[in-house]
Amino acid sequence: MSAAAAADAPPAPGIVVHLEGVGLSYGKTRALDAVTLDLPSGCMIGLIGPDGVGKSSLLALIAGARAIQEGRIHVLGGDMASTRHRRNVCPDIAYMPQGLGKNLYPTLSVFENIDFFGRLFGHDKAERRRRIAGLLRDTGLTPFADRPAAKLSGGMKQKVGLCCALIHDPELLILDEPTTGVDPLSRRQFWELIASIRSSRPGMSVIVSTAYMEEAAQFDFLVAMNAGRVLATGTPAALLQQTGADTLDDAFIHLLPEEDRSNHTSVVIPPRSNGHDEIAIEADHLTRRFNDFVAVDDVSFRIRKGEIFGFLGSNGCGKTTTMKMLTGLLPVSGGNARLFGNAIDAGDMSVRRRIGYMSQGFSLYSELTVAQNLDLHARLFELPLETIAARIDEMITRFDLADVTDALPDALPLGLRQRLSLAVAMIHAPDILILDEPTSGVDPVARDRFWQILAELSRKDNVTIFVSTHFMNEAERCDRISLMHAGKVLTSDTPAAIVAARGTATLEQAFIACLEEAIADTADAAAPPAAASPAPAGTAAPRKRSATFNLTRMLAYSRREALELQRDPIRATLAILGSVLLLFVLGYGISMDVENLTFAVLDRDDSAISRDYSLQIAGSRYFTEKPPITDYADLDRRMRAGEIGLAIELPPGFGRDVSRGRHVEIGAWVDGANPTRAETLRSYAQAIHATWLAQKGRELYGEAAIAGSYQLQLRYRYNPDVRSVVAMAPGIIPLLLIMIPAVLAALAVVREKELGSIVNFYVTPVTRLEFLLGTQLPYVVLAFGNFLLLVGFALVVFGVPFTGSFATYALAALLYVTATTGMGLVISAFMNSQIAALFGTVLLTLIPAIQYSGLIDPVSSLQGLGALVGRLYPTTYFVTISRGTFSKGLAFDTLHNDLLALAIMVPVLVTAGAMLLKKQAR
Amino acid sequence: MRLDNVLQLGIKELRGLVRDPMLLVLIVYSFTLAVYAGAKALPETLNRAAIAIVDEDHSPVSTRIGMAFTAPYFSEPRLISPYEMDRRMDAGLDTFALDIPPDFQRDLLARKSPAIQLNVDATRISQAFNGGGYVEQIVGAEVAEFLAHTRDAQAAPIELALRARFNPELKKSWFGAIDHIITSITMLSIILTGAALIREREHGTIEHLLVMPVTPLEIMVSKVWSMGAVVLIASALSILFVVKGWLAVTIDGSVALFLVGAALQLFATTSMGIFLATVAGSMPQFGLLLIMILLPLQTLSGSMTPRESMPQFVQDIMLAAPNTHFVMLAQAILFRGAGLEAVWPQLLALTLIGVVFFAIALRRFRAFLA
Repeated sequence: MSAAAAADAPPAPGIVVHLEGVGLSYGKTRALDAVTLDLPSGCMIGLIGPDGVGKSSLLALIAGARAIQEGRIHVLGGDMASTRHRRNVCPDIAYMPQGLGKNLYPTLSVFENIDFFGRLFGHDKAERRRRIAGLLRDTGLTPFADRPAAKLSGGMKQKVGLCCALIHDPELLILDEPTTGVDPLSRRQFWELIASIRSSRPGMSVIVSTAYMEEAAQFDFLVAMNAGRVLATGTPAALLQQTGADTLDDAFIHLLPEEDRSNHTSVVIPPRSNGHDEIAIEADHLTRRFNDFVAVDDVSFRIRKGEIFGFLGSNGCGKTTTMKMLTGLLPVSGGNARLFGNAIDAGDMSVRRRIGYMSQGFSLYSELTVAQNLDLHARLFELPLETIAARIDEMITRFDLADVTDALPDALPLGLRQRLSLAVAMIHAPDILILDEPTSGVDPVARDRFWQILAELSRKDNVTIFVSTHFMNEAERCDRISLMHAGKVLTSDTPAAIVAARGTATLEQAFIACLEEAIADTADAAAPPAAASPAPAGTAAPRKRSATFNLTRMLAYSRREALELQRDPIRATLAILGSVLLLFVLGYGISMDVENLTFAVLDRDDSAISRDYSLQIAGSRYFTEKPPITDYADLDRRMRAGEIGLAIELPPGFGRDVSRGRHVEIGAWVDGANPTRAETLRSYAQAIHATWLAQKGRELYGEAAIAGSYQLQLRYRYNPDVRSVVAMAPGIIPLLLIMIPAVLAALAVVREKELGSIVNFYVTPVTRLEFLLGTQLPYVVLAFGNFLLLVGFALVVFGVPFTGSFATYALAALLYVTATTGMGLVISAFMNSQIAALFGTVLLTLIPAIQYSGLIDPVSSLQGLGALVGRLYPTTYFVTISRGTFSKGLAFDTLHNDLLALAIMVPVLVTAGAMLLKKQAR
Repeated sequence: MRLDNVLQLGIKELRGLVRDPMLLVLIVYSFTLAVYAGAKALPETLNRAAIAIVDEDHSPVSTRIGMAFTAPYFSEPRLISPYEMDRRMDAGLDTFALDIPPDFQRDLLARKSPAIQLNVDATRISQAFNGGGYVEQIVGAEVAEFLAHTRDAQAAPIELALRARFNPELKKSWFGAIDHIITSITMLSIILTGAALIREREHGTIEHLLVMPVTPLEIMVSKVWSMGAVVLIASALSILFVVKGWLAVTIDGSVALFLVGAALQLFATTSMGIFLATVAGSMPQFGLLLIMILLPLQTLSGSMTPRESMPQFVQDIMLAAPNTHFVMLAQAILFRGAGLEAVWPQLLALTLIGVVFFAIALRRFRAFLA
């Protein structure tokens, strides 16, 4: 037990979790209300109830993944509201969130995923190897140790998730719907695994939420929940007794309040009337290959009109692929598929109008309300405008969505969402419904209602229904079912005939028998899990308790991030090669040498002297002469069109007046649209004018006229040839080293938030600083490598001389990229979606770095907000250092103030990032 | 292509946008505060350039020169010793250092043509070139005036009356504001369409669309029009209220004509957004591609530095980018008051580029969906 067991108000012994008046709201939605509950320790506790009643919220609260809003929660003898207690007990709690492989990292292999958790909990290398080997052996995952998590089936993902949860010998294991969407065989293996682990660790408490009542019947203690409240608690037997029901399903329905129960009826599917023998769907030796992998292998079946045809099989056996081929989403590799006798053509809109398809997982627009979703689809299916309203009303009534028409789908429980999906799939009254696991994760009551609707559609409206499921009681309701495994159909018949042929008591047993036979036949299949050897018992690792900063945990995050980066070579390559390419483009492109300026002359004199004046300008390397201007209108038009930048008007009698020494005024206009260029134009024009004057003066009045003045010697220092690239390259390097690292770092964190693996940070002992620094480190390394490459490129390809101290420059670069990645982390604290993070980071780096950091205009000449931003922005200081070391031959002694500024920014940014980051979901 | 589908899908995009408040905040920011800050922050021409003077002469003329450098063009000149000069320039404290040698005045009066040395920090590229000219003029004027008092010099009889058109005071704030709007238009249109497409794919909704009687063309056009409309309306409001109202910039030309150009620009950039989203596999990859496209677009299109000064091959390549034409068009219309007769080549170029980009993106998008 935890060291903090003696903390305030210890609940009764034998109680692992104590809840008192716990409430939780998401905005206006009340998820939990006044939940008071004691959970006994050392047993298997089941949380049952429909979707959206607050099971997941409750588990997240107990695990400490979500911040407490109301009430008190004691777990393992301490108050979960206390940060200190949470830090103390989190090594004793393991939490597996809902969703297949939700807390795994898809590009990491099975071994690496588990290893990451091992590192977070501070096991040394030998210990990790020993534990991982044991866990993999027990779960039968040893052959798949090197496979990326993304390529595992749902059942295997859940087993890996379990291994990650068990690596640190938790006292309390919290599993949120671990078997939802998992096929029966994997499900059975999963529970066997849990049982064997419990037998080797009898003190461990397990809290599970589940939608499968047959699973719940095996547990020691059940909590039935509805609408954010606890309905009843007790052993399964006690609940059955209390309600007088035979099965837990029925018992639960009895426990529901009257108004929820009233519209529940048992599903009765009338037999098919034998009128329809027309073939609706026909698959003929259908095959689909992805590269070498055969996902669907020679599958044939025929489904008659009005039939309910079920598809069963383990995860990843090809059910979804087959369905996608039938809808035309995926082209077939071999064989053919026909709907109503017509070959499927992906481009054929008329076929699409006859099919309604529900993909696995919710895929409607979560940003549209229920009514808006229905309306959008009705219009896309081109229902006549005048009938749309009536059809939507009909669907709303039929699928019982009247109460939620203006709600957003994300706010609805899964069961309702699935009904909405079905309503959308049915909006255009299709002849065929293809439903891919439509009831996965849906509670029993909602599932029954769903099937009631399917029955009506099939029997009354003669809709052909092709449905895949993991629920055996649903499979039994189908007219015929096919069992699939590894891309092949094992058997295909009525449920009763399959059970009879196998000679088993239930369809589930028949199914498992079929699967086991198929697996035994396949040579490459994994050996079934060995009857769990006594799991990592005994040598409980010495726990390093809550050191405020632990390098191992930080490096665990770094290693993981680095591995992910390594598995996504496109990202790393883009980051490195992209920056070199940009240096090339910008280095050559941004140029302050204003040349090829256009000018034209309106010569009203046309004398030898006036032509000489024009020639003087045309002869300059800065100017390009355009055809002469004819009059003011012409001048005006050509200037507006941007054709000429400088217009010169030489007045009538110019030559005569000059010769006689009279006062003459030459008119000149520059295009002021681009002030910088206008400025340059102006000074060039004046310089040329002065030169011409001097020449003329000499010709007309002799040397004496101009002698006696002075000379101005211009010395361009640091860049004597005044080559733009020499000035620009040292400025562009800082620009590139802020944008790319900041974007990558910001996305790294926000991506975890969006995809859900952030929960690992919530429930493991890793601190905010460890998490941030750990995530940052690989990007600092990447950015520093990038820096070296950019400098090398500038030296070799651009030939920019490097005159100062490289050590100083490299040190500054290291500080700078740490600061810029830190900025990304700070930005990430405010953003929840990757789009916003990307947009925000680009916005907050691109403009300040280009305009306020001395890249073009020195910061000392900026004003207002720009000047303030410029003084605070790290790029400003790095630009000074970059130019100083590149061009001015400077070293540490001159640049130490700028280095100091950068050095101060690093801890400020990292601390800000850590303060803004939340250690719990809110 | 059914227009009704395009309309409905576009409305769906707009509704989705409304549900992301953070994104809305960023859009509003980039068309209001960012434009304002961008306009106000840029220094007006040569602003407060740091100059130091090494006066080894201590004569009336050298003092006179020292006093001639005034705000706002120059910060107050620092009088430094010759030994300090190098150190201060190394540290980046001064952009210019003017060294007036001993006996300057005596030599000047003796017509020995003495030399003044002007050191310029050439790494500060924008001030170095323009500022050098200014310093030269100021010193010249002061010396000439000094000499005019002390002897009969012939006043230069030929005067060059230089005026800047369209923006007589050469205020950079005009330019900065419009430059910002152009940047925002490009950045937002690419991000909104591209990232929305990636999100649809990551959330599986794009697949859902494909089982319905909707063609890829309709999906793409709906994204182009809806996101284009958002950016177009935002930029119109920004010009009216932020640029004309808040910043009080006088706009010579027709805002309507500018918006026509902006619409064509959006047609091209939204197509580009879709193209990038089909190339990128994930949001981080999209982000990197975005930077690689945005940076050159922004810096090489002629909005930051004049196109004429770029190497010829860069100028040629950038002709394929819609921004180049859009910047020309925007400057011509908004600053120089040019009308259709002057900007039709840009409109034509934008249309052509838009059509080509759209066709390429559509091809990719179809292949991406299959």
